[in-house]
Amino acid sequence: MTKNKILGHLEKYVVTYLFIALSVLFIVVSGLDINYVASQLLLRLNRNAFIVLALIIPIIAGMGINFAITIGAMAAQIGLLLTINWGVTGVAGILLAAAITLPLGAFFGFLIGKLLNKMKGQETIGSLILGYFANGAYQLLFLFIFGNIIPLNSNVTIVGASGVQNTLNLTGSVKLYTAVDSIARIPFLTAMYIFAGVLAGAAVVQFVRKKISGPRLAATLILAAVIAGIFMVPAVAAVFNGTHGREIRLPLVTWILILLLCLFNSTIMRTRLGQKFRAVGQSQTVANASGINVDRTRVIAIMISTVLAGFGQILFMQSDGIGTFQTYAAHEQVGLYAGAAILVGGASIDRATNLQALVGTFLFHSLFITAQSAASVMFGDSAVGEYFRAFLSYGVIAVALIMYAWRSAKQKRAQQISLDEGTHESAAEKEA
Amino acid sequence: MLASEFVLEMNNISKVYGLNTVLKDVTLKIRPGEIHALLGENGAGKSTLMNVLFGMPVIHSTGGFQGEIIFDGQKVNIASPMDAMSKGIGMVHQEFMLIPGFSVTDNIKLNREISKPWVISRVLGRDMELLDRDAMAKDARRAMDSVGLGIEEYAMVSGLPVGHMQFIEIAREIDKSGMKLLVFDEPTAVLTESEAQQLLSVMKEIASKGIAIIFITHRLDEVMNAADNITILRDGMRVMTLKSSETTPEKLASLMIGRGDEMSIHVEKSSSRQIGDTVMKIRNLKVAMPGEVDRGIDLNVRKGEILGIGGLAGQGKIGIPNGIMGLYEASGDVEFEGKKLELGNTAAALRAGLAMVSEDRRGMGLLMDQSIEDNIAFTAMQVHGDFLTGFLGQKNSRAIRKYAEEMIKELDIRCTSPTQTVGTLSGGNQQKVCVARALALKPRFLFVSEPTRGIDIGAKQLVLETLVRLNEEMGMTIVMVSSELQEMRSICDRIAIVAEGKVVDVLKVDASDVAYGLAMSGVKSKEGEGA
Repeated sequence: MTKNKILGHLEKYVVTYLFIALSVLFIVVSGLDINYVASQLLLRLNRNAFIVLALIIPIIAGMGINFAITIGAMAAQIGLLLTINWGVTGVAGILLAAAITLPLGAFFGFLIGKLLNKMKGQETIGSLILGYFANGAYQLLFLFIFGNIIPLNSNVTIVGASGVQNTLNLTGSVKLYTAVDSIARIPFLTAMYIFAGVLAGAAVVQFVRKKISGPRLAATLILAAVIAGIFMVPAVAAVFNGTHGREIRLPLVTWILILLLCLFNSTIMRTRLGQKFRAVGQSQTVANASGINVDRTRVIAIMISTVLAGFGQILFMQSDGIGTFQTYAAHEQVGLYAGAAILVGGASIDRATNLQALVGTFLFHSLFITAQSAASVMFGDSAVGEYFRAFLSYGVIAVALIMYAWRSAKQKRAQQISLDEGTHESAAEKEA
Repeated sequence: MLASEFVLEMNNISKVYGLNTVLKDVTLKIRPGEIHALLGENGAGKSTLMNVLFGMPVIHSTGGFQGEIIFDGQKVNIASPMDAMSKGIGMVHQEFMLIPGFSVTDNIKLNREISKPWVISRVLGRDMELLDRDAMAKDARRAMDSVGLGIEEYAMVSGLPVGHMQFIEIAREIDKSGMKLLVFDEPTAVLTESEAQQLLSVMKEIASKGIAIIFITHRLDEVMNAADNITILRDGMRVMTLKSSETTPEKLASLMIGRGDEMSIHVEKSSSRQIGDTVMKIRNLKVAMPGEVDRGIDLNVRKGEILGIGGLAGQGKIGIPNGIMGLYEASGDVEFEGKKLELGNTAAALRAGLAMVSEDRRGMGLLMDQSIEDNIAFTAMQVHGDFLTGFLGQKNSRAIRKYAEEMIKELDIRCTSPTQTVGTLSGGNQQKVCVARALALKPRFLFVSEPTRGIDIGAKQLVLETLVRLNEEMGMTIVMVSSELQEMRSICDRIAIVAEGKVVDVLKVDASDVAYGLAMSGVKSKEGEGA
């Protein structure tokens, strides 16, 4: 029984363990400085975690991986373009971009949801193709409509021609670069101590309010202590506190937003709406029979996801180390990388959690960062690393889809057998 | 005026699908607190009547129905299943409407959750209210107690035995306030004997609280045990409504079947036919065909006979040929001509001399875009390597054409030429192409599954005559699986009746309607030779 459980666990998280093993291997092989890897990894998490978390609700609502978050990213880029055009800077600019993204993303999400309702069972591939299709419409908008029909300032249009410039700059006088990240930065170690403290505090509060049991409280407290303890070990602390390389700091507001999204995801699942998402995700027939408006529920799930992805894209654009973005390409890989990341974290086409999204982003990008260096050490050619990245993203998605199909076929058979045996007993009973 | 005597009156309900009259002037009246059994063969109109009651989209989209429904003393117009639900009509489904990944509580309270408002929900509406799981569990507990279900409120449905699920469904219906009428659709089909007993007593208890129950089943002993009144439908008409205390299972059975003297099809059989010893021995055959599961078929087929296999839909009769031919996963022992047959290997079954005309002409039988001749030759080419020429094994078009033309003449396939695509033929002619293709394999043993489904009466006659001729002239053993009892009675030598995945009885064609009716509801009569 326990052996089966372990096997079942391994089967479910095979991709995750594979990534852990590869990450460790690559870090060792590449010989990269651990301080560099850690700082890069944190940077990637700052940028990507929000978008990956935006995928969770559609997965729970049974719509698979919403690759159409690409369209949410497009909405965000429209918002950023207009913000730059109007010259709104800093936090106000980010808020304006978000305010534009909200209705646009909701509207696009509504259309995507309507369309996906017409192709039930094919949502994953449908949303992927929809992302490509929308790219065409986006180009029309940015190359022709903006500048010609909707007038723009000359600082964002192509000089001597029509359409929006190839790259848009967020630095300099635009003042959108790191507008959120740089509000407050605290040392990574301090952040970890605060995190451990909050974790322990929350557990105690929940225990006092009798929401969690004694053993659960103890486990959480031990976990908090371990987290705090690990970062107190001088060798570990040295990686982060600047004794060895640069000091690693964490953008506080960005992370508050990420944690708020986690809280949003888990809270919505405790509401009536969340119960509808889960019911629709597990069985549309049953949900429908009990009076849930299945199509409407699915549209809402996609709308939320699209808007959140748009917010995520704004956070991505403003984050450390970006500065400019490719007007016509920045959104292209958003869906692919986010989808691959959440699958690496152990999510599947029909199951996903906050933790899986965060762990997945962490693992996926740790391989991303190290692949290139590891490849140049192993093969003497860093270009191999580039190929390897693309191979990884598509490979992970393919494996996840195959595993899902395989598991559901197995489940179906198991159900058939249990049905058979169920009635078999009845026959035996009759004879007795 | 006094409150109405009946909670539900369905008066003179008629329903037409296209040119097909499926309900004709049916009247059903149910008193509060009574258990009213609804009996009838497949196609008798039970489900259509219930679809009308629940306002299913299939009724409205096909032109509605005639007649009136009076519920709780008022003439009502039921627009949708949701509408029926809100009026107090509930349904306990035959296929469980439960979400396996949800707890028992979440299932019972699905879309009727108890929730508490908070800041956000005051702004964004009721959808954002937080679930009150404690209150929900309390409600669920109460409902489960009233059906005698002693499991934990937070148990996952997926891990529960099948029998429990039926009770969860009932608990969910009971938990709905204002429930006045409950429909039980074949509720005991998947239950063990003791669970079925428990279910019947739960039904009686519910009824004693004043809720009326419509009980659809084919198990006559349960009807006699639980029902107060019984309505029998046949061919879309109400045959009779009677008190269960004034009837017997035998009488019910003959009322359900009863049309022995009005056979529409008659096929002559010669008297010189030779029926030999057992040619196929089926032992403990289990087939996992969805909707037609077999749970241990034992059956002997004699050489040279035409054996009918009958039974109600979903009981497993169609699973038998599909399992033996390897189209669905199967286990058990099947011996053909003394040799054990490898189950799950269609090619091997075909090579052994078996062939099958499938009930699913479009899905399994024919390549609709291909010509008649290619369809006829296809399987024989693949299995036996017939109709091939040269050392590379190219298609021998001339041989195929010759054989196809023979078959077209022989079976009277109405077509413009052997190259006409099969998709453009009528249903009856498509069926003949299926038969021709099976014959191209030169089988010694032929399964035909629902051979007359969806074809007109003239074509039916021809198909049946063809089967008899193949049997007589070529000595081919034929097993015909069909829902049309009368057709089987006109051409078969014996008829096996399948219920709940097992052969209940093997009957002579001239056995009484009572015997057939009983066998279909799983009861063996004295007339049969036994399974």
